[in-house]
Amino acid sequence: MLACSKIFYDMLVMKLTDISNDINEWFSGSGPLSDIVISSRIRLARNLAGHKFLSHCSNAEKAEILKQLKEILLSLDLGDRVFYISVDKTSALNRNFLVERHLISRHHALAKGPRGVVIARREFFTAMINEEDHLRIQILKAGCRLSDCAKQINRIDDNIEHKVDYAFSTRFGYLTACPTNLGTGIRVSVMLHLPALKMTGQIEKFLSAAKDMNLAIRGLFGEGTEAASDLYQISNQVTLGVSESEIVRQFEDLIIPEIVEYENAARAQLLSKQVNTLDDKISRAMALLQNARLISSQEALFLLSHLRLGLNMHEHMGASTPAIKKLCQLKGAGNTVKKDRGLSIRTINRLFMLTLPAHLQLNYGKSLDATHRDALRAKIIRSALKQEQ
Amino acid sequence: MLCQICNKRAATIHLTEINEGMRSEMHICEHCAAEQGIAAKSQIAINELLSNLLAMQPTEDEIFGDSEHDLQCPRCGFTLENFRKEGVLGCPNDYEIFERALLPLIERAHNGKAVHRGKIPAKVPQDTRKQIKISNLRQQLETAVQSEDYERAAELRDELNRLQ
Repeated sequence: MLACSKIFYDMLVMKLTDISNDINEWFSGSGPLSDIVISSRIRLARNLAGHKFLSHCSNAEKAEILKQLKEILLSLDLGDRVFYISVDKTSALNRNFLVERHLISRHHALAKGPRGVVIARREFFTAMINEEDHLRIQILKAGCRLSDCAKQINRIDDNIEHKVDYAFSTRFGYLTACPTNLGTGIRVSVMLHLPALKMTGQIEKFLSAAKDMNLAIRGLFGEGTEAASDLYQISNQVTLGVSESEIVRQFEDLIIPEIVEYENAARAQLLSKQVNTLDDKISRAMALLQNARLISSQEALFLLSHLRLGLNMHEHMGASTPAIKKLCQLKGAGNTVKKDRGLSIRTINRLFMLTLPAHLQLNYGKSLDATHRDALRAKIIRSALKQEQ
Repeated sequence: MLCQICNKRAATIHLTEINEGMRSEMHICEHCAAEQGIAAKSQIAINELLSNLLAMQPTEDEIFGDSEHDLQCPRCGFTLENFRKEGVLGCPNDYEIFERALLPLIERAHNGKAVHRGKIPAKVPQDTRKQIKISNLRQQLETAVQSEDYERAAELRDELNRLQ
């Protein structure tokens, strides 16, 4: 047993540093509508029949559930290598890193007792064992690709279901620890970049409309977090009395097209009526990011958001304001795509992710206090945003 | 879902009235609600909903009566007091034991819905699966007719006929 834990721990160290130097697929800036829809995610909550929910489980029962689910998940054919991380045994820094990459939730990082996560190497699939429910599986993809996510997660769920008995009632569907997840246990989410709605003062209206449609709005890192850098996660709240496909269809046919239309209209409005506002934000962001010696994670996310907007408006709307022209002349160090000589969305996304606190420390090789992190972050961003020679 | 008054805008306000034990629902848009003099308060986020609801409830006795308060799940030892503190249940069995107490909360959290309509595990016996499917299809048919999606309604009707 000890030898087994050791192997998993070694695997963890190897794998985390393997992946910490680059962004994951869902944050690659590709996929349909990716100028606004950063990523699509579908998560299913499941519990094993014959066991208590986690709040009433002893550590021995949690360990038993963990062992059973881990074996099943590691044997799945996902078309990718899978690996396991023992969340309760790993360091707080590693846990934070996993949260930053959306591979586990904050709740999972902070929970108590035996728990773990199974991750596909390309990070499109993760399965949290012993989070709030016994099992939470999720598929994450770049851009607007909810139908693909739904097909894939359903197939994986079917494969797991062959090997276990889920807690299910004909009346309430899949039984979850919290009644808010009851029924389908599905959480459909999209992460949206909505800087123009914010700049044009329409974001509050949008947030209120989304709430009226029974949608939850969260920040970059899920429940309880503020929207950082104009990134918003929108997800369904109703999981009972409506089918999985209906929820997905509602997002794809109604919610996403409407939000995309509003954000695009706000971007067009910035170009036609508020060019100075737009250029001021982009120019200030460039000046600060190219010169700052200390920069917090929150400020970096906020400023990088404006560069992302400028680049996307150039690429998708042909915008060529003075500030956007200057932005497009940046070299974009770290851009590995040869044909894109200038600054790319991928580079901006890399900076988004790689300058988050746990990423910075893991890549630097040791833990750093806030001031040192701010200095290192500023240095990485400065060198990535050098002026084209 | 379209507003039941103007049949044009999306219904964002959902009214439930219980009169002499009869429950009626009305789904209208903000515009028509304003015209009818109905004040629409913005909805509370679901993750706050349960805790707010529970905080509003002074004691279980007042809502569920003494019998519910003393109820304890024989499998996990869960009581309603646990739910008030933690917001989660103790085991799958609790949904059956505490159904009466939980039902109003479940309906509030799920927009008035309280019956599963979605995926059914393959292991569920064929007869039960069929009954759930028929019930789901009927509900979907009703929704399709309400939203005037007659093409979808026809598909659902044919599927229902095949099953019955």
